[in-house]
Amino acid sequence: MNATVVMILVLSLGTYAFRLVGPALHGRVEIPARVQELASAGAVVLLVALLATGALTENGGFAGWARPAGVLVGGVLAWRKAPFVVVVVGAAAVTAALRAVGIG
Amino acid sequence: MRSPHRTTLPPSTGTRRTSLVRDSSLVWLASGVVGVSFGAVSVAGGLPVWVPVLMSLVVYAGSAQFSAVGVLLAGGGPLAAAATGLLLNTRTAAFSLAVADLLGPGRATRLLGAHLVTDETVAFALAQPDPARRRAAFWISGLGLFAVWNAGVVIGALAGTALGDTSRYGLDAAFPAVLVALVLPSLRKDAGVRRSALLGAAIALAVTPAVPAGIPVLLALLGLFAHPGVRR
Repeated sequence: MNATVVMILVLSLGTYAFRLVGPALHGRVEIPARVQELASAGAVVLLVALLATGALTENGGFAGWARPAGVLVGGVLAWRKAPFVVVVVGAAAVTAALRAVGIG
Repeated sequence: MRSPHRTTLPPSTGTRRTSLVRDSSLVWLASGVVGVSFGAVSVAGGLPVWVPVLMSLVVYAGSAQFSAVGVLLAGGGPLAAAATGLLLNTRTAAFSLAVADLLGPGRATRLLGAHLVTDETVAFALAQPDPARRRAAFWISGLGLFAVWNAGVVIGALAGTALGDTSRYGLDAAFPAVLVALVLPSLRKDAGVRRSALLGAAIALAVTPAVPAGIPVLLALLGLFAHPGVRR
């Protein structure tokens, strides 16, 4: 078995183990309501951190202006309760348009 | 997510499912193109076709896959590649806790559902207003995303770089925007969650230049100290 196969196996088994944490505990251990509430809040905290770092950074540095500008437009559209499709396509379109005119 | 039904009448199961499929399909489309670029990048970097294809089936986590392949292609070695990917995926443990009640009831569905836990699918499920809709959203988004992601990777690995530089489509902005749209209702509704999320995001951004990928988002969980559930 070559090293790449071992890498893929280790990564996939480890990832699956992480993914099993929730289902393995659910129904077996009585999870207190407070912990459940914190797990939901924690998921939102993780998602917001992902979107913030995803919008602003790339390989540990600034991602350039085009991407955060697109995400900002998407955020404003979402805030104004635009339909989901408008939010997503709007964000991508703004970023693509800025890049087309040479703004990174 | 906002329901498209503005009347007070409860939507029928059929309409409900249609709207979930419609909203999911955008995420599928964007993910499919990212999958194509993952397959293309891997093969263009010199990996055999089966590596990105197998990886996408059994790892099934976009950011971890890109990072692991990036480390491999940069000559970092398989051990560093696996470690980087695992670090990025630790967050799926927290996500799996948040959606654990949507995966049952049977053992087989729990084992299958666990594999479908991704950022997008968890965000999509948690954005729904009631348990039945959350469950439907999880499975519709999860199964569709798995199919589209893997199909995209196969196409990319075989067709190579026909799409060109995918950054010109602005898809890198679509993903954060998807997450904004999905978390906004929770942020609006709950001040404790809002404070925690803002603090967490600030921590993650502040440490990003200084620590390895995957760590910033984990440190964001410290934002929960701003949540009343921790302090009481």
